[in-house]
Amino acid sequence: MSKTNLVIIGNGMVGHRFVEEIIEKMQADKFNITIFCQEPRVAYDRVHLSSYFSGHTAEALSLVREGLYQENDINILLNERVILINRQRKEVHSQTGRIISYDKLIIATGSYPWVPPIKGADGANCFVYRTIEDLDAIRNCASNCKTGAVVGGGLLGLEAAGALKNLGIETHVVEFAPVLMAEQLDSMGGEQLRRKIEEMGVGVHTSKNTQEIIHTPSGKIMQFSDGSSLEIDFIVFSTGIRPSDQLAKACELDIGPRGGIVVNDYCQTSDPDIYAIGECACWQGKVYGLVAPGYKMAQVALAHLIGENAKFEGADMSAKLKLMGVDVGSIGDAKAKTLGCRSYVYLDENIPVYKKLVVSNDNSKLLGAVLVGDTSDYSNLLQLMLNNMDLPEHPDSLILPSHAGAKPVLGADALPDNAQICSCFDVTKAKIVQAIHAGCHTVAAIKTETKAGTGCGGCIPLVTQILNLELAKQGIEVSHALCEHFKYSRQELFHLIRVEGLTSFSEVITKHGTGYGCEVCKPTIGSILASCWNNYILKPDLVPLQDSNDIFLGNIQKNGTYSIIPRSAGGEITPEGLIAIGQIARKYNLYSKITGSQRIGLFGAQKDDLPAIWKELIAAGFESGHAYAKALRMAKTCVGSTWCRFGVGDSVGFGVELENRYKGIRAPHKFKLGVSGCTRECAEAQGKDIGVIATEKGWNLYVCGNGGMKPRHADLLAADLDKETLIRYLDRFIMFYIRTADKLQRTSVWFENLEGGIDYLRSVIIDDKLGINAELEKEMDRVRQLVVCEWKETVDNPAAQIRFAHFVNSSKRDDNVQFVPERDQHRPATLEERQTMLGE
Amino acid sequence: MSQWITICKLQDILPETGICALVGKEHVAVFRPYNTNELYAISNIDPFANASVLSRGIIAEHENELWVASPLKKQRFRLKDGYCLENEDYSVTHYEVKVDNDEFVQIKSN
Repeated sequence: MSKTNLVIIGNGMVGHRFVEEIIEKMQADKFNITIFCQEPRVAYDRVHLSSYFSGHTAEALSLVREGLYQENDINILLNERVILINRQRKEVHSQTGRIISYDKLIIATGSYPWVPPIKGADGANCFVYRTIEDLDAIRNCASNCKTGAVVGGGLLGLEAAGALKNLGIETHVVEFAPVLMAEQLDSMGGEQLRRKIEEMGVGVHTSKNTQEIIHTPSGKIMQFSDGSSLEIDFIVFSTGIRPSDQLAKACELDIGPRGGIVVNDYCQTSDPDIYAIGECACWQGKVYGLVAPGYKMAQVALAHLIGENAKFEGADMSAKLKLMGVDVGSIGDAKAKTLGCRSYVYLDENIPVYKKLVVSNDNSKLLGAVLVGDTSDYSNLLQLMLNNMDLPEHPDSLILPSHAGAKPVLGADALPDNAQICSCFDVTKAKIVQAIHAGCHTVAAIKTETKAGTGCGGCIPLVTQILNLELAKQGIEVSHALCEHFKYSRQELFHLIRVEGLTSFSEVITKHGTGYGCEVCKPTIGSILASCWNNYILKPDLVPLQDSNDIFLGNIQKNGTYSIIPRSAGGEITPEGLIAIGQIARKYNLYSKITGSQRIGLFGAQKDDLPAIWKELIAAGFESGHAYAKALRMAKTCVGSTWCRFGVGDSVGFGVELENRYKGIRAPHKFKLGVSGCTRECAEAQGKDIGVIATEKGWNLYVCGNGGMKPRHADLLAADLDKETLIRYLDRFIMFYIRTADKLQRTSVWFENLEGGIDYLRSVIIDDKLGINAELEKEMDRVRQLVVCEWKETVDNPAAQIRFAHFVNSSKRDDNVQFVPERDQHRPATLEERQTMLGE
Repeated sequence: MSQWITICKLQDILPETGICALVGKEHVAVFRPYNTNELYAISNIDPFANASVLSRGIIAEHENELWVASPLKKQRFRLKDGYCLENEDYSVTHYEVKVDNDEFVQIKSN
């Protein structure tokens, strides 16, 4: 069967989503796919564009996994703009002169920022806010400027204003309409938003019609039609978007009355071989400027292309977002335009919080809502509206604060199967239930299986509700029991041990468990006891709890030998230290290597030799690196401002300080720190459990990243912190993790299961929502005081060394440990090699 | 000809842990699960990795019996007979062990 030539113009979020659909539906081998992308890079996340300023790199924003296109034989042409579609010959022409013929053509050219025809608006230092290149230009300009204005007080404009403010710019928002976010909010909601934004020091100028921008040698003057004016250094226009429909217009496809390529319910244009999807398309006279409807169009277009049945049926424009830290939600008919509708309003000007419900004239259905300052009701209200569900008897109870009494629960049970739970990835309740039936019994598993909750994350509470409900229905008890000996979870046991002051395994199992214990509960409780009391782990009653690594204070290797990793905090090591390590390695015949954590690892030590080796290392000034423990491993650092010509912060100094502060504290799993001296991020801090990156104004703190088997990009917890605040947040964060994580759960997995995600974590760590921060800090202080170098303790304690001999009844060495030469050093012998060597 | 060989005193084995003894040419793991005279002995060699490590594992209770979990990859071996829970084909030898005169730990050599 010959393949269909498929050409896709545009590699934005929607264009890429279309390609993902092809790959997910295993259709890639039916097409020869060529993509034209006029930008210099593949599709990236424009929704989170502003995070580019807060430290996310272009790579982090990318939506395309490296190698994805190549693996599927997709030809992507970067920096190539299509200039002509020849429908008669079914060809597209690019600016490089390339001509590609198509059988089917997908137009996903998106939109372009529209700048009003104001005199002077095309001058220097006037920007738009759409691409990474735009942001680079804004950042360059901002570094030499003090004040900036964003023209346009809509969603994107406020997003841009927040970004300017974060760059340290005195920021003004200039809006033509009398309210902010006029598309989504009513005037009262807009007013509360304005108050909140002004409180942050951003100037808000509404009802301002800019007539002219006068460029002076010292800056710019914005002249408004009411005679007033504003002096600033640069301007960002965010005054709306227009569909990029020029190519379609030129080849005479039907165009909507206000622009946009006209499409039918299958996203076909007036030429049946050409489809248009996303912001460039016009369906029933409407152009959708959000990503979710674009994704839906991508899905529909592909379905039609491969003969499946799917229709585009319009999209809900409800939205929930956080603008400059203010929660804002808009649902359905927010501005109460439906004939005969009525409203319920709640306003607290102290906080401020504003909530409004728009209901049908018989009080039975929800038509719309506005939420400013508190969007916790968003998901429930959205579901009520989308599914046309009956309102409770007193609809106002849905938005009243909790002290007014319990809210009527919108049971996930009441939702119809086709209710869309995740609008980012169009996941219905039925799909989630299906995943649960197929064995996904955690939120993390549902996320992986269905993608629900992996976009904006707003639906996670609802997903959790559905999960709990379904599991209850199926009679599956969600067991967090540690093992057959304890019916408690790690978190519960931690609490019991801490509150009741239990210090030994036998006490814990007698009071709260049954039986003898096993290889699961013993080390877990050993770790909790260490987290709580930090007693020397080779105390006789603690030894039986430890995995081999902890008993012999080294990582056991495949042949029964151990590794030796002294601490070199921040990766710093003196020449004297290097010489000492070299001499010790030579003396004890150890294989030497730099580990992945900027430390020196010595391998192949027999356990009988460990105390002697460590005695020499300690004499040379080293201490345990805790590489064998579920505890902080290291702080990886780049050289930072001390040496690097780009560095803006002393990353090594701070890394050493942090590593020394948190070393030796036992946690549910190992954790790693990274400290980078600038946004170039050479320490790869965003792939660590805790990442710290120097900025011009302080330090950005990232949490819950991971490299390894399942990489996870860390989330920004807080930006531009001074050291003292950062350390305080870290004390709380680490203790909170130690208290609440499951056994052997890295921070990244812990985070994925944390309901409410980064916002929740911020509310706990920064805003002290749970009121536990003082306690967490005190706790951290206490365990830090108790940290000792376990190797020093062991070397000073002859009784603890007895167990290091291989045989209880002989001073012979383990003859199973044999080495063969390799690359100037040696490696463990294989079984065959050993047998030959021993003459067996 | 088999005989009882004394390898150490009972107090040399910390309760709830194991030690390794050399019996002839063989590495034998001896476990003392409680603070009592109750002892078990199986081969010290982890048959999956061919490394002499089993005495360093954690003693565990499953199905009302005692096992040791290998410190390398956590496969479990039954203390009373060396049976491997994960894969019967990897079961290990077991030895007879006793405490003589409430003091001396003895293994019967094969």
